[in-house]
Amino acid sequence: MSDFKEYLHNHLTYLDGGMGSLLQKKGLKPGELPERWNVSHPDVITGLHRAYYDAGSNVVYANTFGANSLKFGEGELDELVRAAIDNVRSAMKQSTGTQQKFVALDIGPIGRLLAPYGDLDFEEAVEIYARTVRIGADHGVDLIAIETMNDSYDTKAALLAARENSDLPVIVTNAYGDDGKLMTGADPAAMIAMLEGMGATAIGANCSLGPAQLRPVVESYVRLSSVPVILKPNAGLPRSVDGETVYDVMPDEFAGLMAEYASMGVRVMGGCCGTTPEYVRETVNATLPDEERILADNPITDKEISWISSYTHAVRFGGSPVLIGERINPTGKKRFQQALRDHDVGHVLQVGLDEQEKGAHVLDVNVGLPEIDEPALLTEVTKELQAIIDLPLQIDTTDVEAMERALRVYNGKPLINSVNGKREVMNAVFPLAAKYGGMIVALTLDEDGIPDTAERRVDIARNIIAEAARYGIGRKDLLFDTLAMTISADGRAALATLGSLHAIRTELGCNTSLGVSNISFGLPERELVTSTFFGLALEEGLSAAIMNPGSVEMKKTYFAFRALHDMDENCADYIGFATDYADKKQAVASAAASAPAQTSNDGKNGGSGQGGTGASGGTGTGGASGEGAASALSTAIVKGLKEQAATLTAQYIKDGRDSLDIVNQDIIPALDRVGQGFEAKKTYLPQLLMSAEASQSAFEVIKQDFAAHPETAGTSRGKFVIATVHGDIHDIGKNIVKLIMENYGFDVLDLGKDVPPEVVVGEAVRFGTPMVGLSALMTTTVPAMAETIRQLREMAPGVKVVVGGAVLTQEYADSIGADHYAPDAMSTVRWAIDVVEGRA
Amino acid sequence: MSDIEPIQLKTYDPAGHDSLANVDYGEVMRYGGMMLSRGSVAPDEELSEGTGSVRMLIDECMEEARPVLNYKVCYRHVRVGWDGDMPVMPFDVHGSRAFARIMKGCTEAVLMAATVGVGIDRLIAKYNRISPSKALIMQALGAERVEAACDLFGDGIKAEMAARGLGCRPRFSPGYGDLPLTVQKEFMVLLDCGHLVGITLNESLLMSPSKSVTAVIGCFPNDA
Repeated sequence: MSDFKEYLHNHLTYLDGGMGSLLQKKGLKPGELPERWNVSHPDVITGLHRAYYDAGSNVVYANTFGANSLKFGEGELDELVRAAIDNVRSAMKQSTGTQQKFVALDIGPIGRLLAPYGDLDFEEAVEIYARTVRIGADHGVDLIAIETMNDSYDTKAALLAARENSDLPVIVTNAYGDDGKLMTGADPAAMIAMLEGMGATAIGANCSLGPAQLRPVVESYVRLSSVPVILKPNAGLPRSVDGETVYDVMPDEFAGLMAEYASMGVRVMGGCCGTTPEYVRETVNATLPDEERILADNPITDKEISWISSYTHAVRFGGSPVLIGERINPTGKKRFQQALRDHDVGHVLQVGLDEQEKGAHVLDVNVGLPEIDEPALLTEVTKELQAIIDLPLQIDTTDVEAMERALRVYNGKPLINSVNGKREVMNAVFPLAAKYGGMIVALTLDEDGIPDTAERRVDIARNIIAEAARYGIGRKDLLFDTLAMTISADGRAALATLGSLHAIRTELGCNTSLGVSNISFGLPERELVTSTFFGLALEEGLSAAIMNPGSVEMKKTYFAFRALHDMDENCADYIGFATDYADKKQAVASAAASAPAQTSNDGKNGGSGQGGTGASGGTGTGGASGEGAASALSTAIVKGLKEQAATLTAQYIKDGRDSLDIVNQDIIPALDRVGQGFEAKKTYLPQLLMSAEASQSAFEVIKQDFAAHPETAGTSRGKFVIATVHGDIHDIGKNIVKLIMENYGFDVLDLGKDVPPEVVVGEAVRFGTPMVGLSALMTTTVPAMAETIRQLREMAPGVKVVVGGAVLTQEYADSIGADHYAPDAMSTVRWAIDVVEGRA
Repeated sequence: MSDIEPIQLKTYDPAGHDSLANVDYGEVMRYGGMMLSRGSVAPDEELSEGTGSVRMLIDECMEEARPVLNYKVCYRHVRVGWDGDMPVMPFDVHGSRAFARIMKGCTEAVLMAATVGVGIDRLIAKYNRISPSKALIMQALGAERVEAACDLFGDGIKAEMAARGLGCRPRFSPGYGDLPLTVQKEFMVLLDCGHLVGITLNESLLMSPSKSVTAVIGCFPNDA
């Protein structure tokens, strides 16, 4: 058996072409599963394979594209995959072609979208792919070909399964749409970063478009990829002519374009839908005679790109500075700590969204607190963040298990925070980075602590580089943090940090990162020092900063630096920032000039009122009294103005009003007004919700106050557990009820969607709730609701149950034994109040 | 024509179609359950302060959704056979009376699958975590958007059929009346949905992206 990897590096490599359309010509019916033909029509399948070998293909894909355990039972899957590989082997023997020949196990998408947008769990997907991989590897294929993937997460699951269950080379091709992206949004750079990081042997594009339309995708791959590039396009675009699908690119034109792409650096060529052995033959004829020249012109070189990626895009280090948001971190933040203890993932997401809005490029994610299950929470938060935020994440933990689990489920190539010169840490972290891919933040400290001098820190960096290399991790994937220490303790601290930064950047050629704010710890007006230090570090070649994206001083330095260093064409970004900055200054000035209590009219410029260190300090100096302003908050809530509600609440607290007093005199009456309007059908549901959200943002400010002064915290009206039942993934209705219930002072435990009955029961008992709310949208999941109620009755007989959701009616609710049917959120609230007050 | 024609794919550029470029506020409010208690009132007449803020919310959602909306339809023409009063289709009609009724007199049909893509699902998920009011509007907007795409596609089919002397029935989807939802599985394969437009089914036979529609458009000879 010859080595595919070695062949690939020394030759142009030819794959096969289309299969589906050829099988249809041979009589495969629409809807019939082609993999069954491996057993029922082995001669037909072998004949097609042979035609490709005869045409010059080096690699023929076994007919296993859709062979997975979702479509076939275990026994049949095994039989079909083995037969498929045998068919290729027979074709190989029969073929008259003299080229080197390989057989690939073909793996296509499972055909179900992964969570959160579908319902297939990531690990379940890995296992489904793994079953096929194990059979193929056991039956002696030469390589695994993962193809036609239109989702980055699905691609990761397949590649992970291939790598974990075989030592075979794995080639991966994705299906790009005419917008140059995968169906779920990834661009080529995002895929290249992730796939190279995970150790794919060759990568590229297949299917969906013809060779001409794929040009921009091909250009990206040859420019950015450090591994051989594959192209396996369709024969152009399909048309229907006299009841047959025909493609608009003929073999000679196809081959002409492929030859052009080969000259640009594509090394592995084949065809997809609509192509035939003729297309492969023409492509071979158009390129093989020039093989020597093509290979000499396009050596496979490491492009030395330092990058990470999300499920949509890559972020590169070494050019324009990268801002890493530091706010998802409990250190020194009471409100955030409380959110973690309460398992309030919504708060974590809100902080992340806020950082994104303020211009962070990457989000650091740290949820470590001694009393929580960090591996579980970090995994959950990683999944939730990547469901709604498209920024790459920096997985920040010292818990190795938490790190591995988070890296595993991360959809892209993450930044890993961190490793250092301690042998034990390197032994734990490098294997994970090698397996899952990722850039690694490397701290220049070791068993002896943090060296005082720049020289020693650079020595540690050298050790780390050498050790990383042993795991196949190159210096491009290391991001050195030379450790900013406060200058209030040691006057030379900044110099050592900057000196080692400079040396690592220039002598070792590595990228760097700093947690810049440490530099000013213990000093007054810290941002003055921090932002200047940031500027100095950027001048020494700092690639990234872990910082508060809400800090205006830091942003000033950032935008000015980029403009000064020709990183900002026509100073466009700087001008955008400066305009915004001037507007805000103006707004603050005019607000100060007019009556202090009138901050309510500055609309959206108010900021979120949380976490901002610089911006809020200069505003509202006036001593607004409670009386007149109380109605301002009420009005803001009635009108559903979130920012205003938060700003006003913060103002009231600053003015010395008691939090509970604000709740009782301003927030609750406003909510009641809107709630009653809704019940009287004078307002629409979205208005009720906007008011509820405004009051929630007010509550958020109050919660921060409680966190700072726990003795003032109010008591809850009562406990309530809510869930969307098993099998149902619709949770908008459930979230609406949750929001309104929280607004009315209930302590709500939200179990999420698709929740198994036993989890509802277990959590209800653990939480000690007097009532449970269940939501279902689909008729198909009402039995799950009935089962949940049945188990609750058995295991938690005292607990009352309210049900709601699109398909439910009073009769339905009665028939499954619910205590109450709530047609809307307000009805749930009224009933719940009755329950806790003993009336229901 | 043959019994079953090849699958075709249509991608719509909203710039060229009014109904895709602009939102129908009344429809979004209807899908958001905002008309039920008051009957369907045209939004212009109801421009009280309340509907005004809802309108603004719809505008905000549309501006955010616009860049991620991808209007795609895959479809194929099929011949409709008849077995007594039951239509014979490339999928099992499970003896559905409702389907037989809508197909009555049809000689051919178009099987279609339309989607606006997964981007709107991300936005729904995002606001579901942080702003239920926007989540509600966003998901109503998604429903309105995919219906707009279906209507646009349907208009094209209607014109094409009219030129051939055929009329079209309203769209009929798996899960309507007594046509079971399990038919979705056959639709996915017949239209190669996963591959061509990225629609897949979950365990409960619901589609991902959620703002997707599968349907049959029955076509009948005008002179019959």
